[in-house]
Amino acid sequence: MGHKTPLYSAHLASHAKIVDFGGWDMPIHYGSQIEEHNAVRTSVGMFDVSHMTIVDVTGADAKRWLQKLLANDVERLLEPGKALYTAMCNEQGGIIDDLIVYRMAVGYRMVVNCATREKDMAWMQKQLVGFDAQIRHQDQLAIIAVQGPRAVQKTADVLGNAYATAIAQLKTFHGIPVGEWFISRTGYTGEDGLELMLPAAAAESIWRSLLEHGVRPCGLGARDTLRLEAGMNLYGSDMDETISPLEAGMGWTLAWQPEMRRFIGRDALEAQKAAGVARAFTGLVMAGKGVLRGHQKVRTSLGEGETTSGTFSPTLGYAIALARLPAGASGEAEVEIRGKWQPVKIVKPPFVRNGKCVHS
Amino acid sequence: MSEIPSELRFMASHEWIRVENDGTAYVGISDHAQSALGDLVYVELPEVGDTITAGDEAGVVESVKAASDIYAPLTGEVVAINEALNDNPELVNSDPYGDGWIYRIRMADPEELEDLLSAEEYAEQIEEEADDQAED
Repeated sequence: MGHKTPLYSAHLASHAKIVDFGGWDMPIHYGSQIEEHNAVRTSVGMFDVSHMTIVDVTGADAKRWLQKLLANDVERLLEPGKALYTAMCNEQGGIIDDLIVYRMAVGYRMVVNCATREKDMAWMQKQLVGFDAQIRHQDQLAIIAVQGPRAVQKTADVLGNAYATAIAQLKTFHGIPVGEWFISRTGYTGEDGLELMLPAAAAESIWRSLLEHGVRPCGLGARDTLRLEAGMNLYGSDMDETISPLEAGMGWTLAWQPEMRRFIGRDALEAQKAAGVARAFTGLVMAGKGVLRGHQKVRTSLGEGETTSGTFSPTLGYAIALARLPAGASGEAEVEIRGKWQPVKIVKPPFVRNGKCVHS
Repeated sequence: MSEIPSELRFMASHEWIRVENDGTAYVGISDHAQSALGDLVYVELPEVGDTITAGDEAGVVESVKAASDIYAPLTGEVVAINEALNDNPELVNSDPYGDGWIYRIRMADPEELEDLLSAEEYAEQIEEEADDQAED
């Protein structure tokens, strides 16, 4: 038996199919993954993502420490509440994890992946030496992601009062504390939406209120097809410790200025950039029948590459994939599916944003 | 709980077989299998006229989640395929034992039917699988 989130019994009550996910018993779907996916694209759905790890950073050196730890620069967080997407790299420039960091009224809050929790915590602990900074795993908090074009309004209506007032002023990629809660306008679906970090004890009643007001519970299956359509990376599939941000479509998250900020992995990444990155991270679409999956071989005019994750896109009605291909490859390519080479087209992700097809 | 019609035979790999009076048999995947796979988005059908051998791969069903081979329960010639699945693979989810049939075969050796599971045996097998999972 795996770990259970505070919403486990609520999932069972909604007839969730439960699977093991990184040691957690999580809902994969509640009947139909495609209907859940569509609910988020056209209306509103909610996900239990309490398995993710919230780590707060405090202390006089908190900022200076994060400027060493993270490849993006928390100096960019000009005001409290602002969020930043970043890689945490090892000395070789490989990605230990990708995460979101918020500037809080005091200190910072990071949200890191579930499957990488232990190694992340160990790595951070090790890097703390010599800094006046402390980290604390906030495991008393649950996280509910409410996503979709109607998510913000619906959540404000259901929560009411002080929450609604706070939500009304939230800009995209910002968060705001409300008592013990922290509400952010972020997500992993390519739609507008909120992520509610709240005390575990309150999670089930809030989940039930949202459910009663027509917010559809969505499992990790829909979360995966939604993030893939949105062209968002999944740690462990699209990147790992052997892959640098430059090879994972995350070059935009690397803050090279100021040059004196020597974040971990910087030397290796500078060398890689100077030498030229051999592999580029891109998207594939397949017009024909069949489904793209991770780790399928790709043949381009410039050589071979590999899909890193793929699926049938419920919004588009055909298969899509993220892939690492020889740099510069474009146009037509082929993917090997069960021994046969199928034609695909190389495109620039994302595939879908705000319910619409956006790939070239 | 999943439905298991008593008049059908099954393979341990979750295909069902309905024998007709004319020496042919329909093949599909069980309610249990479609439920485990989730929403189907693609079915790779065999071709009419193909000769297949019991135990061989005869097609593939793909859901948003995973791809799964469909094995041939019997040796023989494919005499019909369910072309409706090209545009509506979800028929396998909504009606696995009816409109979601996959192909029809002319049996070369009806004695092979003896090697297949009865509905009762199949029900026992999926119960055991569920027990194994619960122990993990």
